Amino acid sequence: MATILEKSGFNPDKKLKIVGTSPVKHDGIDKVTGRAKFGADLYLPGMLVGKILRSPHPHARIKSIDISAAEKLPGVKAVVTRADFPEIKAGTPDGDMTRNAMAREKALYDGHPVAAVAATSESIAKAALKLIKVDYEILPHVIDPVEAMKPTAPILHEHVRTKGVKGADQPTNVIERLDLAMGDADAGFKEADVIVEHEYDTKPMHQGYIEPQGCVATCTEDGQIELWCCTQAPWVFRDRLSNILKIEAAKIRVQQSEMGGGFGGKTGFYGEPVAIQLARKAKRPVKIALTRNEVFRATGPVSGTKSRIKMGAKKDGTITAAEAELAFQTGAFTGSMFINAPQAMFTRYNLKNVKTVSYEVVSNRPKVNSFRAPCVPQVVFGVEGVIDELARKIGMDPIDFRLKNAATEGYKTIYGETFGPIGFVETLKAAKACDHYTSPVPPGQGRGVAAGFWFNRGGETTGTLNIAIDGSVTLILGTSDVAGSRISISMMAAEELGIPVDKVRAIMADTHSLGFNRVTAGSRTTFSTGMVIVDSARKAIAELCKRAAGLWGVPDDAVTFEDGYCKPAGANVGTFEPLSIAQIAAKTMATHGAIAGHSEMNVTGAGPGFGLHIVDVEVDQETGRADIKRYTVVEDAGKAIHPLQVEGQYQGGAVQGIGWALNEEYYYGEDGRLQNPSFLDYRMPVASDVPMIGTEIVEVPNPRHPYGLRGVGEVPVVPTMAAIANAIGQCIGVRPSSLPMSPPKLLKLIEEARAQRG
Amino acid sequence: MSKKYHVTTTINGDDYEFLCEAQQTLLDVLRDELMLSGTKEGCATGDCGACTVMVDDTMVCSCLVLGVEVEGTKVETIEGMAKGDTLHPLQQKFLELNGLQCGICTPGILIAAKALLERNPDPTETEIRYWLAGNLCRCTGYDKIIRSVQAAAKEMRGA
Repeated sequence: MATILEKSGFNPDKKLKIVGTSPVKHDGIDKVTGRAKFGADLYLPGMLVGKILRSPHPHARIKSIDISAAEKLPGVKAVVTRADFPEIKAGTPDGDMTRNAMAREKALYDGHPVAAVAATSESIAKAALKLIKVDYEILPHVIDPVEAMKPTAPILHEHVRTKGVKGADQPTNVIERLDLAMGDADAGFKEADVIVEHEYDTKPMHQGYIEPQGCVATCTEDGQIELWCCTQAPWVFRDRLSNILKIEAAKIRVQQSEMGGGFGGKTGFYGEPVAIQLARKAKRPVKIALTRNEVFRATGPVSGTKSRIKMGAKKDGTITAAEAELAFQTGAFTGSMFINAPQAMFTRYNLKNVKTVSYEVVSNRPKVNSFRAPCVPQVVFGVEGVIDELARKIGMDPIDFRLKNAATEGYKTIYGETFGPIGFVETLKAAKACDHYTSPVPPGQGRGVAAGFWFNRGGETTGTLNIAIDGSVTLILGTSDVAGSRISISMMAAEELGIPVDKVRAIMADTHSLGFNRVTAGSRTTFSTGMVIVDSARKAIAELCKRAAGLWGVPDDAVTFEDGYCKPAGANVGTFEPLSIAQIAAKTMATHGAIAGHSEMNVTGAGPGFGLHIVDVEVDQETGRADIKRYTVVEDAGKAIHPLQVEGQYQGGAVQGIGWALNEEYYYGEDGRLQNPSFLDYRMPVASDVPMIGTEIVEVPNPRHPYGLRGVGEVPVVPTMAAIANAIGQCIGVRPSSLPMSPPKLLKLIEEARAQRG
Repeated sequence: MSKKYHVTTTINGDDYEFLCEAQQTLLDVLRDELMLSGTKEGCATGDCGACTVMVDDTMVCSCLVLGVEVEGTKVETIEGMAKGDTLHPLQQKFLELNGLQCGICTPGILIAAKALLERNPDPTETEIRYWLAGNLCRCTGYDKIIRSVQAAAKEMRGA
């Protein structure tokens, strides 16, 4: 279907009434009163409790599974194992997916599902799990990705040959080697007056959403599946479930619940296919709500990395070349999206000579999942450290050095995109002028800055706008609402239609209601679904004008729409009182029925986002504890549709990054078991750990969106760890190169620096 | 099947009777037996505060209290915080100042913040931060939560 948005219709001079204000979000009232229904909050008649048995071994061949005793326990209605999942070839995307949901030949990490039961109560389900006998042949395991790359390492998947390496014919844990380059890095380094090169190391962290995954699956007598779950990707879930369970897509209806945090971690499924198979077998609804222990042991951590980064610059501050070697830990199965790293790590600087080599490596840990700007913050941690050191060696202010090298419109990136209007320079200038940066660094503290970039995304998106008979408006949205997109998109619809935003209500659709929507991720939602709804609104407006023309007996093009009213397009049309949307909607029975707009697009034109973080840190010289004293996020939003929510994205991203920078880490024992699968031992930031987070919203419009917006979800975490490390470096004299920058590590650096000083 | 115990209690001013197994927590009972699902499970180990409720005016993690322990007590949950159509000032300020993003930690944080303001009507930022240090939020970075509590405190003081 043709879209009315052939061009974005962006009009910088349009007077905005609603966009740019911060109304209360319509879904908020249910969330402050406890009414909002999240993944685990659905209760159906006859519903059973599903529980998953998980491997205690990081690597073991599953010789046999005996479920006979569990099946006999009164109250147990179904038990499933690998035998209940269709056989799909290992090493294919579907083969990996089904094996991650339910182990087949081998258990590949501590926590890998091996069986599941559905029973009439939780206590019976738990008792049944204890009756399942799994005969394991324990195999040697490997946790560390660098160890996993060695030729002598235990092999996870016999079929893997390294992609991207000619003649690779031996089984390996290195899934892929990716070379990405532009210009001539070697020649560039020859032009450099100063070269800085370091190795860096970051650890896997968890997305840390407070809501564990929860779902309810039902199956009707004729085989229709209904799945209620917290998901960032209802359509992707449906299509993948269809593939691995061999059920037609049209027979699976996925209804997304409210989502208690995702951050990328709810883009892939875990208990959902298990719940479906249990529900089919038991012929009753089955709920599987993961525990926090299961969330830590078996769901999406973020890739840990090892990196070597080298950059050179001339004395005048021009960067001449950059080089990187990167290894990404992806857990037991491929899927880290590590290609983002070489594409984004240097992108924001006007570089011509870049050489990168990246590897993705499997090891006996849970398969990684997305997290804000997947795989990028990990490598920016190193890049922005090198940048800072170059600036200091040359004797330039760190923001001036970044300004000197900032990419601008027309820059051709390493991944082939030529930048349109972007706001990196404006962001850097705003940072340099802001109160935080212009205030003196308090005594005893160190100040760090770091910059970040994210592509922002578009992709397949659908939506519908319906006008009710009283002129109020409902929106059916395909993307998930991860933090407030329903209100932002409702605001754009209200702005288009010239009605108060309170007259608009949006719902998150189930997969039967709309066509395919790509995953809600990559800062694409408010941008893409906003685009689709603006297009739908404009189609509805065209229809409103047609109806008004019919009522007035004038040609369609003699009617124009302005501020919520259809009006005669000119004086010669005749004298007619303007008709409001409500007045026209009231007459739909007499005209041609309901008025609606609908749109499907593969949205393009996402505007890249840039940010700069400023942080003041104090390090206790006796304990090595780093304390964040002041933090400011400066970032280009393109246009802040709902400024309070944009600030919330900036602040939340920064504090997640603070956790990653200072505390968050997985501890595996010698036995390959996770030692800290709880919020007590996996220490995320609490309110008393952090200060208020200052924000500065820069607005350099993206002309390819009707309201000029970019995306704001990813960039806020990209530079955080780098900025904090740079600040700590100023504070203690050594810039840390390994995450997390926990007290023991910082204390060691402080002592080394003391020893060097003698 | 495990033996069940009969418990009589008051929840948000209403009389309740329920049957529960000995090992079931108050959180399990609220959610799975009484379907008061506004109280959330984030960890079930007392580390995240999403399940915070009041039992006889004491703030507790309902995942650390057994169902049988609330016999004869007065339990208050998020479902009882608004009075009729009137939101508590904390609920109102969280809405106005965007003190919530995804909303999963919000019920626990609201209960905890209410308990704070009943004890200390004029807390400093540091006091709010330490009082709420048992309630994890992964979305907001806490900034707007703290500001919402400050604004509600101010309004409740009539300042």
